[in-house]
Amino acid sequence: MIDINRDKCMYCGACVGTCPVNCMFLYETRVEVDEEKCIKCGFCEMVCPVGAITLIKEAKA
Amino acid sequence: MIDINRDKCMYCGACVGTCPVNCMFLYETRVEVDEDKCIKCGFCERVCPVGAITLIKEAKA
Amino acid sequence: MKEMEYDVLVVGGGPGGSTAARYAAEKGASVLMIEKRQEIGSPVRCGEGISLGWLEDYGIKEDESWLIHRIDGAKVVSPSGFTLEINAKMAGNEVGATIRRDFFDQMLAEMAARAGADIMVKTSARSLIWDDKHNVAGVKARCNGEDCIIKAKVVIGADGFESQIGRWAGISTVLKQGDIATNFQYHMIGIDIDARFSEFHLGSIAKGGGYAWVFPKGEDEANVGLGVTLDMIKQGGEPKRLLDRFIDKHPELKKGKIVEQVAGAVSVGVPPDITVKNGVMLVGDAARMADAITGGGIRNAIRSGKIAGETAGEAIEIGDISHINLYEKRWRAEMEDELYRDWMAKNKLVTLSDEEFDDLISALSEADIENLSVYEILEVVKEKNPKLVEDLMSFL
Repeated sequence: MIDINRDKCMYCGACVGTCPVNCMFLYETRVEVDEEKCIKCGFCEMVCPVGAITLIKEAKA
Repeated sequence: MIDINRDKCMYCGACVGTCPVNCMFLYETRVEVDEDKCIKCGFCERVCPVGAITLIKEAKA
Repeated sequence: MKEMEYDVLVVGGGPGGSTAARYAAEKGASVLMIEKRQEIGSPVRCGEGISLGWLEDYGIKEDESWLIHRIDGAKVVSPSGFTLEINAKMAGNEVGATIRRDFFDQMLAEMAARAGADIMVKTSARSLIWDDKHNVAGVKARCNGEDCIIKAKVVIGADGFESQIGRWAGISTVLKQGDIATNFQYHMIGIDIDARFSEFHLGSIAKGGGYAWVFPKGEDEANVGLGVTLDMIKQGGEPKRLLDRFIDKHPELKKGKIVEQVAGAVSVGVPPDITVKNGVMLVGDAARMADAITGGGIRNAIRSGKIAGETAGEAIEIGDISHINLYEKRWRAEMEDELYRDWMAKNKLVTLSDEEFDDLISALSEADIENLSVYEILEVVKEKNPKLVEDLMSFL
């Protein structure tokens, strides 16, 4: 799961442009994630200039 | 319940400053509502310059 | 948790906040101004019309970077199109300019910073903290998404129409519906206007409880907006619907292109009974100091910001925080009569019908009001509409 801290997020779109499977979208000042498309590569977490994104690895079901 | 259409919202704070019980707060560009404090007066719905707010009247439990 | 300590904390980085921060810092206090958004002055929530002739009293030099268009006067237009021209000579200092509010606010924040105030953006106050004597001791805040504590001896609430600081301090800033104006505006390009004049359109176009405006930003460019009081509104989104209708009725505007939209609300009431309490002071829109006739808030924010900043600075200098209570007396001496006069006039104006606006404006536009006293002007209006003058006399 992708957790976005909205108080840290500066809605710059770095994550959106970086995502290799295009599962993120910037709605004006709000980033949303299509979790079903997400491949959990963690690029968004790494590219975020302000550390607002955390990739939460779920335990296997 | 107060429904805020985030794509219509221009985060101008008109609702926040108008609310007579101070149950709304503008987190930078995101309005949040404390539903427990809300008295359902509907001022926020009427004052919104762009019609982004709907007061949803729930059926009695 | 990160902790900071200052003499004076200013919450809000608009004109009132930056001015308060600047004057407090000039008195030698350590000052922090926090702004919840990541940029000062953005997004703009303003018609951007301003009167001139007073800025230099606050050390502000007119500059083309933010003062983008000068006007010669105002046109007040009645529902049937009668127009009253108010020029520089008649209006005293009321003639003005259209500004870029984002650049204007940034310029004021830079002045505060140069005076020694610290500034933190993307920092939002979340609650007040108090000492054991019930005086304010600072705020809890979120700084770049992290919780922090900012200790301060004085907290100045410059947090605008949506002000929280006053309410948290137990100052009632709740407004009546008739004292809240909600507004919508387009920045339009390619319109046919007389760029020498700002325009105010009165009457039912704004449900009798407000006005539509055209504030030129250039030869073919203006902020075109409309405000209406909440008591006239049944359904949300009304300012936008009314503005679209207004533009639809004016082909010279309708031909233009919209390049920006702005929304917001403003108080058209009067300040609360108290604006200082237990170390907390309110300035500008947070103290409901916007002018009730025009809804303009910039000048009064700067006026009250200066008085608050200076008074807070003096309190720190002499080591007696209770000195800030003088703020109340000082701003009221300078501003209160004007605020009440305009509020009473607004309360009268909202009762006028379209016909009465037509009578009033047509009588005034025919008269040589430049050379008449207020009472002589009323004599002129009386010929058209005796009842209206009777009503107007009652509040004069």
